[in-house]
Amino acid sequence: MEWGDIIYKSILVVCVFSVSLLVAMYSTYAERKIAAFLQDRLGPNRAGPFGILQPVADGVKMFMKEEIIPDVSNKALFIIGPSVAMFTACMTGVVIPWGTELVIGGKHYPLQVTDVNIGILYLFGVVSIGVYGIMIGGWASNNKYSLLGAIRASSQMISYELAMGLSIVALIMMTGTLSVREIAAQQVGWHWNVLYQPFGCLLFMICAFAETNRAPFDLPECETELVGGYHTEYSSMKLGFYLFAEYINMFISSAVIATLYFGGYNMPFIGRWVHDPNWMAILGTVFFFCKIFFFIFLFMWVRWTLPRFRYDQLMNLGWKILIPLALLHVAATGVVMWLTGQIH
Amino acid sequence: MAELKDIKEGTEEKEYQTLNLGPTHPATHGIFQNVLKMDGEIIVEAESTIGYIHRAFEKIAERRPYYQITTLTDRMNYCSSPINNMGWHMTVEKLLDVKLPKRVEYMRVIIMELSRIADHVICNSVIGVDTGAMTGFLYIFQQRELIYEIFEAICGARLTTNIGRIGGFERDFSPEVWEKINRFIDGFPKALKEFENLLVRNRIFMDRTINCGPITAEKALSYGFTGPNLRAAGVDYDVRVMNPYSSYEDFEFTIPLGTQGDTYDRFMVREEEMWQSISIIRQALDKLKKEPKDVYHAEVPEFYLPPKEDVYNNMEALIYHFKIVMGESDVPVGEVYHAVEGGNGELGFYLISDGGRAPFRLHFRRPCFIYYQAYTEMIKGAFLSDAILTMSSMNVIAGELDA
Repeated sequence: MEWGDIIYKSILVVCVFSVSLLVAMYSTYAERKIAAFLQDRLGPNRAGPFGILQPVADGVKMFMKEEIIPDVSNKALFIIGPSVAMFTACMTGVVIPWGTELVIGGKHYPLQVTDVNIGILYLFGVVSIGVYGIMIGGWASNNKYSLLGAIRASSQMISYELAMGLSIVALIMMTGTLSVREIAAQQVGWHWNVLYQPFGCLLFMICAFAETNRAPFDLPECETELVGGYHTEYSSMKLGFYLFAEYINMFISSAVIATLYFGGYNMPFIGRWVHDPNWMAILGTVFFFCKIFFFIFLFMWVRWTLPRFRYDQLMNLGWKILIPLALLHVAATGVVMWLTGQIH
Repeated sequence: MAELKDIKEGTEEKEYQTLNLGPTHPATHGIFQNVLKMDGEIIVEAESTIGYIHRAFEKIAERRPYYQITTLTDRMNYCSSPINNMGWHMTVEKLLDVKLPKRVEYMRVIIMELSRIADHVICNSVIGVDTGAMTGFLYIFQQRELIYEIFEAICGARLTTNIGRIGGFERDFSPEVWEKINRFIDGFPKALKEFENLLVRNRIFMDRTINCGPITAEKALSYGFTGPNLRAAGVDYDVRVMNPYSSYEDFEFTIPLGTQGDTYDRFMVREEEMWQSISIIRQALDKLKKEPKDVYHAEVPEFYLPPKEDVYNNMEALIYHFKIVMGESDVPVGEVYHAVEGGNGELGFYLISDGGRAPFRLHFRRPCFIYYQAYTEMIKGAFLSDAILTMSSMNVIAGELDA
């Protein structure tokens, strides 16, 4: 690898990392503003104009607060928990294709940190590790409410990962690749996967809600029953890490939904007006972010509209409804592909 | 630890964990303690402790002149204090055998129905919160704010109102109050409709609340349930109809009934009662138009404070003022029980007077105290989530539970 490549990759990594953090930071602000909008309130409006400095103020507050590590906790694991959650949340961004590619001085610079040919598996793997952060944190707190929250989180993750994986299997059968970049590239123009697999997309989105612990699947931290769920004992920036990781996960989930099903960075009809590849790439990225923001809004909209499930109902939905449906969907996809002659 | 052999044969001893649900838990707001024996998420046994904010109101009342007991009633069910206030005033009026002008009674009905709405708004929106739907709660809470503004305009206080006096109201409602009431009555149905749209037919909400914490009619009656919780179980008992007070017999309204006695029924009964309350307030506003203006208290000079000008310029008024403030008015010897339909059940006042300045004995029949007895039985075998929901749907108010 040349020096130029290393520098370019480093810049890209820093960009992806900081953009993820920035979006997650302002997602907290957006969440509060959107909640306020839906509830006919004002929302944060004290820190800076329209309260846009609120996330900064919250961050400073988180850092300045006293850090409490319970005496009866397992101290090492107590610290590892939020670190794992944050670490895995930040790792997922690398395989997302944020745009096509920039052409500078005849050299091609794809707007993706790395195009591993098993990108989807990588995503799944890293997201699955994320639940360890919650489990470890919940267990290490030595608090019964935390433990209940951690149990809920892990069982929920395991159940919904299956349905999620199966809905992706159908997609992979159709696209024939595990590389996220190729899947995005295949959806050029209006060939968005959601138009071919609307049901798979719905399944995937439901599971994405569950995977990110967002309402109506926010049982692990449901405040009316479990006080704070797995992060009951956490304070200061460790708590901040858990909350922040959730927002990063939401951002990445939105990006994954947009990439896999909604055309990624592809902009239909853009080729008519813009021909310069660099402009295409930049506009594609902008459009991609618009899609991401729409899905983040969707996440919030749902959260502030729906009640949450009960533990057993959640499990029933996962195992008795979503997984059979996902299996059927895989079978149906196979049959349709066979009938249309795509497989023999 | 269970041995592998035992697990295979199914003879292993189960291990349970003890969970302290409260008193410091967001759903128990620092005053209810439930020691739960949990099998995972399922409650095997439960034991509840009460008394965390016991303030011995009944004992305090034995040392206070009658008009000062009103402030104690404020602090029982603080979600609908005006009903408690009025209930106490009516109890004393019953003892003194005072007949109130119709206008005062209708004004009282308006205030009581407004506070019933405020009470039900809190209960139902908190059921929403406990199922995870925050939006309904924050949205409908604005309407409670409007009710509190009405109370504020009448008596200056919002939560612990101390509204009205023995024998009527301390002053006539200002035009501003009437305007606020009218504005509320016009705006509230729309907000309530939106709140219902959010939850009533919501699949998740229905799954969560139907069959959650059910109680049969027989069991509810044997525990002594009253109010919406009893009506949700299917027993049509409402003090306003069975034993009308404050001219409730003049009003047309229906008593909603449930069938299962579960959380959903309790929710729906309260929803419908709010609609009925609106209709009652509308009727009362109509009836008030026919009543003489400027009547806001009965003629009971021994108990109703005279206006300040009279106190300074009129000897009788000065004497009455002194006697009332010092609590030296003569009270007949007697024993009365008066019940009102409080925000969450029959709120009774059992008063024994020996003719002294304070009651010889005063007992509050507090519906929450009775509901909470059944709580542990209702949550046995339920999920932890259901236990929280059951508590909020019974609308157990700590101040009233412990008194």
